Amino acid sequence: MDMINLIIDGIEVSVPKDTTILEAAKKLNINIPTLCFMKGINEPGSCRVCVVEVEGWRGLHPACVTKVSEGIVVKTATSTVREARKNILELIMANHNRECLSCSRNLKCELQTLCNDNGIDRLPYDRKIDKGCIDATGPIVRDPNKCALCGRCVSVCAKQQHVGVIDFANRGTHTTVTTAYEQGLAEQDCINCGQCIKVCPVGALSERDDTAKVWKALENQELHVVVQTAPAVRVALGEEFGFAPGTNVEGKMVTALRRLGFDKVFDTNFSADLTIIEEGNELLDRIKNGGKLPMITSCSPGWIKFCEHQYHDFLDNLSTCKSPQQMFGAIAKSYYPEKADIDPKSVFVVSVMPCTAKKYEADRDEMNVDGLKDIDAVITTRELARMIRQAGINFAELEDGQRDSILGTYSGAGTIFGNTGGVMEAALRTVAEKLTGKSLDCIEYTAVRGLDRIKEATVNVAGMDIKVAVASGTGNASKLLDKIRAGEADYHFIEVMGCEGGCINGGGQPIIKDKSTTEEVKAARIKGLYDIDRACEVRKSHENPEIKKLYSEYLGEAGGHKSHKLLHTHYVKR
Amino acid sequence: MNKVLSARFGKIRPDSVEEYIHAGGYEGLKKAMSMDHVAAIEEIKKANLFGRGGAAYPTGIKWEQAYAIKKGPKYMVCNADEGEPGTFKDKHILSEDPFELIEGMTIGAYIMGAKEGYIYIRGEYAAIQRIVKSAIENAKKAGYLGKNILGTDFEFDLKVVSGAGAYVCGENTALVESIEGKTGRPRQKPPYIKNCGLYQMPTILNNVETYSCIPWIIKDGGEKFSSLGTEFSGGTKLMCLSGNVKNRGVYEIPFGMTLRELIYDLGGGIEGGRKLKFVHLGGSSGSCFPESMVDTKICYYDLKKAGFSLGSGAVLVVDDSHCVVDYLKTVMEFFEEESCGKCTPCREGNQRMVEILEKFTEGTATMEDFNKIKSLAQTMKTTSFCGLGQSAPVPVITLIKYFEEEFIEHINGKCKAGVCSMSGKAGK
Amino acid sequence: MARRRLKMEKVREILNRYGNSKDNLIQVMLELQNISGTNSLPHEWVVFVAKQLGMPISRVYSVITFYSMFGTEPRGKYLIEVCKSGPCYVRGAKNVLQLLEEKLGIKPGQTTDDGSFTLIQSSCFGACDIAPAVKIGEKVYGNLTSEKLSEIIDSYREGQHNE
Repeated sequence: MDMINLIIDGIEVSVPKDTTILEAAKKLNINIPTLCFMKGINEPGSCRVCVVEVEGWRGLHPACVTKVSEGIVVKTATSTVREARKNILELIMANHNRECLSCSRNLKCELQTLCNDNGIDRLPYDRKIDKGCIDATGPIVRDPNKCALCGRCVSVCAKQQHVGVIDFANRGTHTTVTTAYEQGLAEQDCINCGQCIKVCPVGALSERDDTAKVWKALENQELHVVVQTAPAVRVALGEEFGFAPGTNVEGKMVTALRRLGFDKVFDTNFSADLTIIEEGNELLDRIKNGGKLPMITSCSPGWIKFCEHQYHDFLDNLSTCKSPQQMFGAIAKSYYPEKADIDPKSVFVVSVMPCTAKKYEADRDEMNVDGLKDIDAVITTRELARMIRQAGINFAELEDGQRDSILGTYSGAGTIFGNTGGVMEAALRTVAEKLTGKSLDCIEYTAVRGLDRIKEATVNVAGMDIKVAVASGTGNASKLLDKIRAGEADYHFIEVMGCEGGCINGGGQPIIKDKSTTEEVKAARIKGLYDIDRACEVRKSHENPEIKKLYSEYLGEAGGHKSHKLLHTHYVKR
Repeated sequence: MNKVLSARFGKIRPDSVEEYIHAGGYEGLKKAMSMDHVAAIEEIKKANLFGRGGAAYPTGIKWEQAYAIKKGPKYMVCNADEGEPGTFKDKHILSEDPFELIEGMTIGAYIMGAKEGYIYIRGEYAAIQRIVKSAIENAKKAGYLGKNILGTDFEFDLKVVSGAGAYVCGENTALVESIEGKTGRPRQKPPYIKNCGLYQMPTILNNVETYSCIPWIIKDGGEKFSSLGTEFSGGTKLMCLSGNVKNRGVYEIPFGMTLRELIYDLGGGIEGGRKLKFVHLGGSSGSCFPESMVDTKICYYDLKKAGFSLGSGAVLVVDDSHCVVDYLKTVMEFFEEESCGKCTPCREGNQRMVEILEKFTEGTATMEDFNKIKSLAQTMKTTSFCGLGQSAPVPVITLIKYFEEEFIEHINGKCKAGVCSMSGKAGK
Repeated sequence: MARRRLKMEKVREILNRYGNSKDNLIQVMLELQNISGTNSLPHEWVVFVAKQLGMPISRVYSVITFYSMFGTEPRGKYLIEVCKSGPCYVRGAKNVLQLLEEKLGIKPGQTTDDGSFTLIQSSCFGACDIAPAVKIGEKVYGNLTSEKLSEIIDSYREGQHNE
């Protein structure tokens, strides 16, 4: 490998060819400040925060995109560089809405850190151009007056998710990032995945705050407020309170929820198991009776909306199963009140999700039974953390609490719904046993695990070759579906999750401060879920005792009349 | 004086191949097609021809480097965006003698083995685009473009692509983005467009005037072309004289003439009995300097020594009825409007320059503001993403250099020229 | 209704002529604006073009809002562009603008009530040798005095420039 030798701030370093000055400096523990740069996703070299001096080169150069050359002498913090950086940050701040105290990213904002580290004080400019109104039409809220024009959201939406609902508009000082004709996101093809929020360095993009709705319900004595928590929440919530990514804080989370005042603390992992029973049944039915294949999972609402906008020809392939969130709500307002002897109308269902699209899903017209909405409020992992802080709860020191029955028991299979490949593996565990009629020991399908964006495998079960594929991120799903359209691939069953890596990387998860650690954080959160799975006594959905009870005492058989009414849905061509 | 470029202006029907040939046209192409490619490039090198768009890169070396690149297909692209204020020379070539441009591009295509070329003409020249399109059609019919040029297996097709109103598309990577149907936001360099340009392929991009010199150079030889100018700058230059002079227009001059000769002899001097206050050379992104500097020779070397750049060859003459600060504000408003918006220093910097200069014209500026302008100008010059942002502060830096007292006077509430309102409103 | 169908046919024809290629987006939009009758790009056409070219609407909107020549809102029959760059500025462009504002009764960015004129301040369009200059549609008028300006506006008002 060709190595290049250079000097940065007086220190010699040797790096492979094609390394950038930014990366070379990092090796020497010099963290040149950046703003627009996000490796592999957004590298426009446009903010100019990271400019450095290179001896003999004219002007200053952006470290993030400038490759090293043999023998160059780089200086990252001379007075010229510091003055330039100060001017640039002042220029960015001058057109930035500086109401930090009320901003959701206060203390967690990359621009705040940059200004603090670079001594930005009183701004020498007065004029501020109004970049437009706040768009609060949907679960994702856009404030163009906080936008730093880094372009990360545009890149993620178009290149990673293949949606492209936002882009730069206008020119010069009037440049904004917006939708066509500045329409609300809810009026365009936004799929609500929230990946844009995750990459935004400031508070220009955030989730709609639904905590007020939840506080109000909790204080309403006439309501029986129950909560479900998605698998991916428990291995990430801790990050908001100083825990390492992937730490399983389920016990503390349950205690905190109880302290907030929820009447019952249940678990989405339970309804994930329920989804497996219904979906596994549906898959086997389609395979045996010549139904539409490949069958594609339907638990990711971001993916569903993406399919409804861009892949009408695959709508019939989608499983008719509701997502675990929605199945939970339907059961919480039928089976549960019957067993608990309470009025179904008094049940208020809150879900805590790693996902912003779940807010949209809960409000879909189809998601109600007999006039009762399945889900009443959805808050993200971040919003739950906010509620915990607001209540003054010292999360880190809490004792572990226990989930409630009858909707709180789960299997390891239900847990791994939170990561890419998890739904597939959970389904295979059940389907394999249904097909063989035996209890299997080997239940780990490692071929569908891992952070590869698209995974394919052929699983031999009961003499049958089941061809499966797993895609995470709608851009990758799109590549997979294009292959099928072109007749280049065929499968029986496909798992699609809207976000790369799965729900652990959902739009509602804690925002990763140092973007260069994103893959590590994702891997840690995934490992957290597989660790829980391995530690579970019950690892297959169909062996979950509370699930068995639900069927024997209420639903009857999988895919039966009651299941269809409560647990299945249909889709819309958009 | 030898007229290289403007010899046929007004004398022929611009889109007529026959009239062009009758007036001596297409001899260059015929000669080039009988020459060795390397020999043709040698002539261009000997000609001491520098890019006429403003960047002044030595054309012979550019073409030598392009020739050596093994990747393909190669594209010939002409920058006819002519957006630099004060510049109107390419307009004349395009509307009065488009074939010298077409012939120049065809010679280039022959040397490089390029099969396709584009002439990117600014959208505001819509009527002129039609003339060029017609000329191209007629050249095809006469066998000078398209397949089997002059009966050989050399083929070259030219298309006119229209701009849609963006000065930044005069920057070569932004121009290429615009041909590809995108917004005109410049690309990072490296890679340079000679390696990775239009459709990521090697692209030879030159100004209208540069290409138009090529037929003459090939026909009459590089040395002869070079001898028309100075030791350092070969050939002639189309200068655009505008502003407070009597005879505004395009003048083809040999390099070596002084600015004084251009402004007073050819230009007839300042109108209305006034005096020259300053010259803005090379367009809005060029240097401003007072009368004391007008004896500088128009030559890339001499101008560089004086700290200036010839730029596009625009010479804007401003008389003493104008205020330097007020004028500068207008110039920075141009950059504020035309900035593509990609990078912070240009997008925000030009806007803030206007904001602060407005304080000067309202009499509310302070020394702190003055220092900020100077600091901002340096930051823009050294950190902007492309030439637009890097050059926008040049008028700021040069006007401050030569007219500092006038800025200070404004801080003290006085506009000697009596132009600024000094109403005390801005910044309060 | 029939006129709309005819116009949509024209839109399709223009797209086909440019090979339904994304590369030609700007060329297509320039032609569409010319036939729109409103000196702008109707929303419906923009959405249609995006769909035909397989591009997100946000990307097409990004392109048409970047370039000065495109309008997203209907504009007057005649676009009057007054140059405000250096060479015109030093030859009295400010006065020309003032005269036009008075004569037309509108400010830059506005359209006259009868829909005939939209007044815009523009960057240099290469008429520096006849500064101060205005551009009305494709035509450039220079060396403007108060009288000349009045004559020019009147000639447009009298329909002398209808195609």
